[in-house]
Amino acid sequence: MNTVTMNVNKIPELYFECENVNPDTFAGKKAAEIAALKGYQGKKISTLGEYFTITGDAGATAADTKIVINGDCTKMKYIGAKMSAGEVVVNSSTDMYTGSWMTGGKLLIKGNVHSFCGLAMKGGEFTVEGNAGNYLGAAYRGDWRGMSGGVLRVKGNAGSDVATFMIGGELIVEGDVDIHIGTHMEGGKIIVKGNANRRVGGQMVKGEIYVFGNINVMMPGYKYKDEVDLEVDGTKAKFIEYIGDLGERHPKKKGEMVYGKLYMKK
Amino acid sequence: MPKVVTDIICPFCGTLCDDIECTVSDDNKTILSVKNACAIGAEKFNHQKLPGRVTRPRMRQADGSFKEVSYDEAIDWTAKMLVASKKTLMYGWASTSCQAMSIGHEIAEKVGGIVDNCATVCHGSSLIAIEDVGVPSCTLGEVKNRADRVIFWGCNPAHAHPRHMSRYSIFPRGFFTVKGHKGRKIYVVDCRYTDTAKCADTFIQVQQGYDYELLNAFRTAARGESLPDTVGGVPKEKIYEVVAELKEGRFGIIFFGMGLTHTMGRNHNIDIAINLTRDMNDFTKFSIMAMRGHWNVTGSGQVLGWQYGFPYAVDLSRRDQARHQTGETTSVDLLVRNEVEACFYIATDPGAHFPVDAMISSSKKPTVTVDPHINCTTEISDIHIPVAMVGVETGGCAYRMDNVPIETRKVVDAPEGMLTDEELLTRINKRVDELMAAGGA
Repeated sequence: MNTVTMNVNKIPELYFECENVNPDTFAGKKAAEIAALKGYQGKKISTLGEYFTITGDAGATAADTKIVINGDCTKMKYIGAKMSAGEVVVNSSTDMYTGSWMTGGKLLIKGNVHSFCGLAMKGGEFTVEGNAGNYLGAAYRGDWRGMSGGVLRVKGNAGSDVATFMIGGELIVEGDVDIHIGTHMEGGKIIVKGNANRRVGGQMVKGEIYVFGNINVMMPGYKYKDEVDLEVDGTKAKFIEYIGDLGERHPKKKGEMVYGKLYMKK
Repeated sequence: MPKVVTDIICPFCGTLCDDIECTVSDDNKTILSVKNACAIGAEKFNHQKLPGRVTRPRMRQADGSFKEVSYDEAIDWTAKMLVASKKTLMYGWASTSCQAMSIGHEIAEKVGGIVDNCATVCHGSSLIAIEDVGVPSCTLGEVKNRADRVIFWGCNPAHAHPRHMSRYSIFPRGFFTVKGHKGRKIYVVDCRYTDTAKCADTFIQVQQGYDYELLNAFRTAARGESLPDTVGGVPKEKIYEVVAELKEGRFGIIFFGMGLTHTMGRNHNIDIAINLTRDMNDFTKFSIMAMRGHWNVTGSGQVLGWQYGFPYAVDLSRRDQARHQTGETTSVDLLVRNEVEACFYIATDPGAHFPVDAMISSSKKPTVTVDPHINCTTEISDIHIPVAMVGVETGGCAYRMDNVPIETRKVVDAPEGMLTDEELLTRINKRVDELMAAGGA
């Protein structure tokens, strides 16, 4: 695997749209060609080379390419967005759309990410070592298909609207989450190891949400079902199972109504 | 001899009352009296004759004072600012005509602007919900002629849309609603006992920030499922009772306002209210409508939607694509994050309504404000360009809150030599073309 190293050499005046910073675009390109790729700030079109010092050539394919980014990326959008293979490691916090629409590969952010990250993610592994903003793993505006595959792990806290319209995959937040988690969810699994504020699983059709901590206010559309012993992300414990959202439509499978499931650690 | 102009459209709120009458002086320059309008609407017409009106552009000087300049000079400065800036916020549009908007959007496409309207701090969250789940809506005429179950959720038309209740929603007698008020059941859901609540048959006092939970409880009750004893301070018996009454109605309508769009959850509150409306259509006919504020904010959404597919916060900065993301391309976020280099405000007053951090950021950027009046925003602008008042001194198309287009009328002449929004934007557009042809960005 070839490694391309990018060091930030200039902080953008506004926010820099790095939609070309992913293994798929870099594949088969030499360092100089990568530096000539376009980056955007409003109507000003510049090159990646203007804001990054780039060393190392990319591999022949995306899968053979690893990108390491050093320096302050808090004003960089779209890093790793739409990547399908390979690896990206960012030694900084990043701005919006990090890892959005990714379909494969590994993306590691050793800092925080802003809102709209992991939007409509389809596959791969996306890990954030710090905190995430709002709309993590959610759908793009107006779309009814949020995260549908892959594993998205945030080691810190996440904001509100996490996993809206989620239809598959696994999303783990090791800290706390704010309001509206798994709204309109139709599949997949969400694990919150800290506390969830309010409105957990509102309008949820199906899927699973596990909360290890407290939920401030429970949605009225959830009903107690049972107590079950489960192993969730390496933790064995007793969970209280609720079904819902009873105010929402639900499909039938083999004559049985399928509900969303909310598990709270006892 | 003074003449009477009839059937004037009121350019104040989204209700767009179309029965205003004005008495106009002989020389067609002054409105002497206004009939039929509410107190706020009448004031809008009376503004026209207030003394001290600015009639020529003013440019900020080094010492902070304003100096009168010609329209040509102001247009040249504005065009140069737009061409030089990498990303410009072009905010407002809610109190001008659709014709002016379309010229403004043409400029935005050329200079890479971000076009946003007042929905961004108002019903933007309703628009996000509509993007997410659609909207079963109707016209106000249908409400007047058919509705027998009227819900006001988090809105107070008695103060914000003063003639809404008498023209459409509570009191009028319509084709199928011959008993008027007596034939309708009125529900008000609010965290305060408002003046609108005084007209209600049933007032439901919800704990602040529990609208989403209460709407969820309504949906759950509509499906016959069990509920906790109270939801948001409302007993479950009350919820079951109201839901049963709603199901018995022939035509129901939910009007909602800032109590849903700007409390916890924002778009989700609207989203679930829309879904409740959808659910109720399993039992009877039900609709939902946003109580839009500025008289033509709906029009801005219509024009932007028709041209670019998004109703507000349309980012044209890449010039080859239109993008929209609430939280990113919305005015307050752009200003707070310092993501724009210049500001162009038209037909609105963000200085009075935006968070202070946003306006502090705005005040540090080159700013042009186009508005007939002196307001909070003009005072932090580099240039204030006064224009004729749309709906009073010039006509133009506007959209009512139910998305019905209505052509507003000219009542009196604007002060001599004053440009309209359309004329001004056309000239800025031409100047932008000249600068770009000469090698501007």
